[in-house]
Amino acid sequence: MIDQPRLLVAHAISYPHKLLGLQLDEWDLLVRQARVSNLLARIGYLLAQSDLLEQVPEAPQRHLQAAMLVAEKQKLAIEWEIQCIQEAIAHTGLPVVLLKGAAYVANDLPPSMGRLFSDVDILVPKADINRAEQALKLHGWVSSKLDAYDQRYYRKWMHELPPLRHMERQTVIDVHHTILPESGRLRPDPQKMLSNIQAVANQPNVFTLDAYDMILHNAAHLFHEGEFHHGLRDLVDFDSLIRHFCHLQDFWLLLLRRAQQQQLIGPLFYAARYAHKLLRTPMPDSFIESLTGQQNSIHTAVMDFLFMRALLPDHRSCDIWGVGFARWALYVRSHYLRMPLYLLIPHLLRKSIRGRLELDDRVTP
Amino acid sequence: MTISSLSNEELVYQLKSQGLCFQTGPFVIKLLSSFSDVAEGIASLYADYPLASASDFIDFHIAITSPKNWRRWYRPQVEFYFDQYKPFRPLPADQAFAMFEWSSNWCVANHMHQYLILHAAVLERDGNVVIMPGSPGAGKSTLCAALSTRGWRLLSDELTLVNRKDITVTPLPRPVSLKNASIDIIKNYASDCVIGPIATDTTKGTVAHMKPSAESVQRAQEIAKPKWVVFPKYMPNSEALLTPLDKASSFMRVAENSFNYSVLHQHGFETLAGLMDCCDCYDFTYSRLDDAVAIFNNLKPPVE
Repeated sequence: MIDQPRLLVAHAISYPHKLLGLQLDEWDLLVRQARVSNLLARIGYLLAQSDLLEQVPEAPQRHLQAAMLVAEKQKLAIEWEIQCIQEAIAHTGLPVVLLKGAAYVANDLPPSMGRLFSDVDILVPKADINRAEQALKLHGWVSSKLDAYDQRYYRKWMHELPPLRHMERQTVIDVHHTILPESGRLRPDPQKMLSNIQAVANQPNVFTLDAYDMILHNAAHLFHEGEFHHGLRDLVDFDSLIRHFCHLQDFWLLLLRRAQQQQLIGPLFYAARYAHKLLRTPMPDSFIESLTGQQNSIHTAVMDFLFMRALLPDHRSCDIWGVGFARWALYVRSHYLRMPLYLLIPHLLRKSIRGRLELDDRVTP
Repeated sequence: MTISSLSNEELVYQLKSQGLCFQTGPFVIKLLSSFSDVAEGIASLYADYPLASASDFIDFHIAITSPKNWRRWYRPQVEFYFDQYKPFRPLPADQAFAMFEWSSNWCVANHMHQYLILHAAVLERDGNVVIMPGSPGAGKSTLCAALSTRGWRLLSDELTLVNRKDITVTPLPRPVSLKNASIDIIKNYASDCVIGPIATDTTKGTVAHMKPSAESVQRAQEIAKPKWVVFPKYMPNSEALLTPLDKASSFMRVAENSFNYSVLHQHGFETLAGLMDCCDCYDFTYSRLDDAVAIFNNLKPPVE
């Protein structure tokens, strides 16, 4: 199985049953790669789901089990956090629209299983964003330590408020008013997304995007992101969402149509392409063809070179020629997509100078 | 095969080139380091540990190395890598061996959630285990070192691994960490004990490690049943005094001394409740080690 060690994690996700053939030193590599990719618990969950976890040799099994416990705990913490956010926002009359990980948890969708979470993301209409921020601040969330430049940058150009951190629980919430930066080239319409939201069962006033917007948001996020620490994990979310929702009536047609309406054909094309290449996500040929037809083949070849490297686990054993360049090029690309050059150049300069001056935030042992 | 079967040159070579693989308690560590202090510490304190093979599963890939910048030469520093990840700031290079000890504890405490992990010294005698949680400076390591030279088998001086299924303790015998005055106290108390490299001016003061007995390392696979939870406190010039504690407040104090009680949520609660069910709990103040050892030798296991 290990003829291509750099694809070990991707194979583990697509074919968990084949893992039982691994040698101990291959398990060793898989655990390390999966840990840097934040997918260790996910692999444990996929094995458990097929009743195979107990057959994994004891030494790697306990790392999988331990990671699953952490994921289980984080899932509980997110459920509690959703409750707290709902209570904080209730009196404004605004709906709580959950995005990404928190939405998967609230709807108990398959990607929430064995997933690690860093924060909760919610979507609020732009006109109401100050009210939402005030309500959260009244209930103990504070703007995290960012200087005046960051505050202005977020509020003027980004698609979200600067992250808010709860004073006691130290949990972080990102309040979005749209899903991609305002200064960017692609402008999906948040109003349309909000008009399609779905209520979460048994949770008054809590909503998520509908299946199509949820998938498109994941794709847009993944293929606009500058840093790929979570790249493969986000692609695994995409794969899992597709496998879960593809049984809906006219799913593929409706997904294409929604992508078109929201100007998100590009991100959907990339997500589908790399999910299919790396994770063998099942998709009808006609769907792939209608996405591919709209792309320039030279551009696609360049993107293949970049993404097929950047989406590998950020582990020494996956370093092939061009990985560092690919991550750097996509970082620059993400900023280019986010804002025009006259904004981008001063911003990157500022970030690089400050990055050099910033203090180390690690602790002493 | 134990680490003592390697010549000094072989040990240094393995540490520098492909990494030295060895078993500590239930875990296999692969350690890569070019620091002579680390080699010296391993040679003197880890002599009895079984070697593992590089084709085994490695639980923790640890490297203790020089930073890749000018701090390699000027006021040299040491860095800890967990696989590729650097969770801590660098330390002064003369703390290299202590860095290894602290970082390997960090590896266990942050990853091995199949156990409820307590910040506690733990020893066994006649099949009965005593767990000693303690805040820094309470004298738990000193007492633990003393007991381990007077017939008690060292299971661990920092990390008590409680099995969730059957409420037993899995040994993780490792060198006992001694700080400041304790180093000389233990040298005088057990004149034949072996002390490893000494690190001065650490955040915890002067730190050195005492070699665990060969027996405790050889019997590292023997789990045992916990019978007592004792909260030790060193009080100058006091008489040794054992005071029974109620289980509810002991429960809370042990939970505070756990690394992963909250990660384990319900499992953590159940395991800790199980632990409290099978243990008698005490506060213990002492000043003289001989008195303390005598009292521990007289502890009677709770009636089942």
